[in-house]
Amino acid sequence: MSASSTAEAPFVPKTKVGSFTNFVDERVGGSGILREFGRKVFPDHWSFMFGEVALYSFVILLMSGTFLTFFFDPSMAETHYQGSYTPLYNVEMSVAYSSSLNISFDVRGGLFMRQVHHWAALLFVASLGVHMLRVFFTGAFRKPREMNWVVGGVLLILAMAAGFTGYSLPDDLLSGNGLRIIDGVIKSIPVIGTYTSFFLFGGEFPGTAIIGRLYVLHILLVPALILLMIVIHLFMVVVHKHTQYPGPGRNDGNVVGYPLGPVYAAKAGGFFFIVFGVLALMAAAFTINPIWNYGPYDPSPVSAGTQPDWYIGFVDGALRLMPGVINDFHFEWVIFGRTLTLNVLLPALVPAGIIFTVLFMYPWIERWVTKDNREHHVLDRPRNAPTRTAIGVAGFTWYCVMWAAAGSDLIATHFHVSLNDVTYWLRTLFFIGPVIAFIVTKRIALALQRKDREIALHGRETGRIVRLPHGEFIEVHAPLDEYKRYKLVGFESPAPIPAQPNEHGVVTGKEKRRAALSRWFFEDRVAPATPAELEAAHAHGHHEAIEAGEDQKSLSH
Amino acid sequence: MKALSQKRRHPLAAIALLLMGLLLTGGLYAVATTVNQAKADTTSFSASDVEEGGKLFAANCATCHGMGASGTQDGPSLVGVGAAAVDFQVGTGRMPMQMSGPQAQQKPAQFNAEQTKQLAAYVASLGAGPAIPEQNLLDGKGDAANGGELFRVNCAMCHNAAAAGGALTRGKFAPALAGVSAEHIYEAMVTGPQNMPVFSDSNVTPEDKRDIITFLKTIEANGSPGGADLGSLGPVSEGLFVWVAGLGVIIAFTIWLTSRTS
Repeated sequence: MSASSTAEAPFVPKTKVGSFTNFVDERVGGSGILREFGRKVFPDHWSFMFGEVALYSFVILLMSGTFLTFFFDPSMAETHYQGSYTPLYNVEMSVAYSSSLNISFDVRGGLFMRQVHHWAALLFVASLGVHMLRVFFTGAFRKPREMNWVVGGVLLILAMAAGFTGYSLPDDLLSGNGLRIIDGVIKSIPVIGTYTSFFLFGGEFPGTAIIGRLYVLHILLVPALILLMIVIHLFMVVVHKHTQYPGPGRNDGNVVGYPLGPVYAAKAGGFFFIVFGVLALMAAAFTINPIWNYGPYDPSPVSAGTQPDWYIGFVDGALRLMPGVINDFHFEWVIFGRTLTLNVLLPALVPAGIIFTVLFMYPWIERWVTKDNREHHVLDRPRNAPTRTAIGVAGFTWYCVMWAAAGSDLIATHFHVSLNDVTYWLRTLFFIGPVIAFIVTKRIALALQRKDREIALHGRETGRIVRLPHGEFIEVHAPLDEYKRYKLVGFESPAPIPAQPNEHGVVTGKEKRRAALSRWFFEDRVAPATPAELEAAHAHGHHEAIEAGEDQKSLSH
Repeated sequence: MKALSQKRRHPLAAIALLLMGLLLTGGLYAVATTVNQAKADTTSFSASDVEEGGKLFAANCATCHGMGASGTQDGPSLVGVGAAAVDFQVGTGRMPMQMSGPQAQQKPAQFNAEQTKQLAAYVASLGAGPAIPEQNLLDGKGDAANGGELFRVNCAMCHNAAAAGGALTRGKFAPALAGVSAEHIYEAMVTGPQNMPVFSDSNVTPEDKRDIITFLKTIEANGSPGGADLGSLGPVSEGLFVWVAGLGVIIAFTIWLTSRTS
């Protein structure tokens, strides 16, 4: 580390500030860390910044949340509201709700901070989701980043948990309704459900314990776990280095981009304030979770338009889509004196279970199918992995159908259609939507690949129509420059790998299944234009191209 | 007292007793029923109102509701619906109905106040029903907090806790209540238009109705303390906003920040 200091005499600072900083640096080694990290290279692309948005949102959540804890009282003791919001004056409510109202109306800046906190929470989970979509569609989860993908998935679940526990704290009617649904879902779990619910709520719902318990989870346990996961996540990012999009001079052995210091660090630091500014503007100008509208929680009323925050919406939507009975077939049975309510259990747990299981396993599934054990630091353009992209879009479509179902009542009122029809359509789309999305996406990806291949081979269509001496009309194609062409030809297009015998010379059933999956993955493929093909195309082009001005060098990678 | 004891064996005593009994039970019954039955007073309507209303009815309403408002296949009988129902349906433009559908849609009122009053007078003259509410119940000076509690228990499940409206089955819906006059809110509660249940005076007393109106008018006048209310639709519009506007602006910034490189 200090190779330069060994040869020379010890550094003697000239100024007071210099001697002070040198004193500190000699003891904490800051310059060494800076030298190491300051030269760390990050590729620059707008789609790489969603993780940063999530990180910054989390920092803003910690700051605004700390402010809120000064004034929030997580008690379910009964009180009569004495604050300044007249439509609730003297109404009986819990201390938690009363203190939330006081934060909103009687604490200076309280409503703003509440809204910053809530908007930041929504943005936190949204940017996490978009970040994960970016990672998935560009194949950034491949070796060596599989474990970091899993850490990201855990972060997503933790973010949802943090959001939900926070949503329930004000003890207003909306959050109480949400909690009641969670209680119902827990109770629908066979055998252990009722016991779990009683354990969680300290007795019958709603009891007097749940807000205090959720508070501990929300401000201590879940944020601590999120922080831990963020540290692990960022540590692995440093170890693995950042991925990069394909381009000239970029390969799996290098990282092309900007060093962290000083420009990139300044940009990232500035970006924090941009995110903060956007959230502050939203909080200042747009209401979020107007708890005073909902009134105190009371198990009897349920308001129209009761929904969870967006990230829990897909579970709520699945519950809304589930029919109670189909013709005469009931989804609720009493077995050995215990009720099994599949119409709650199935929609609440199965879709979320499938989504997260596939999400966590996907890197290993693809690794198994492709038998690809190499490290990948250059990303795929989504079109160049048509099946993966199609799987992702199908999954996202499935999610979106359930997501939309959570707003089925608002779709009905705002588009003046029947709520029942909305539900029937969404039920249909629940099953066929992902299939259509898969087929359409895969075809679009393949078509885009063909277009790329065409452009790589024959250049860009200029729209100039030229008549040749013998009367033929041709359209002039302008050849691409090498940098642009590299992007169109520099990718891998894996072919199906047929079943191979193992070391005993046996083709196992598992291997056959892998081969079948490999065929399904890669049988439709558009190979990148090879140098030979490019050569041939250009030779062909030179015969007919009229402009024939500059000689296009042939590519050789 | 002596006179009473001397006359108690008078031949007409039994008849007098019977009359008194009948009067008492009849009177009690009348009192009991008027608790639920808004006063069917046609006193404020003149005979000419009824007559003019009859003409308007025959020309505009009888196609569906039948001559004499006795009802047809296309529209219910209006005998006994009262002046309040007419004032609500015609006053909010729901009647005459533009087209058949899941429920009558609100539109600009087709009759002026005078004509609406005449129609109400005519329909009220056909049979007793809820009357147009008294002004002192509509002043919006009741107890907003009590009204809020009543609203959340009785109304919010369809109309939304912030009175932003909500969906019902098969294309029916509960409308948003912002901008609805106190008179029409009251009349809706006593007559139960479209798919709304009737909240009779024994269920929600006139004073409670006044409180509910006070609550609605208070939250309407208060506006949204936290900034633009995004339709008061709860987490769906908030989620949509953060994805479209919030993330949209952030993406614009990310593109700006990375625009001059690579």
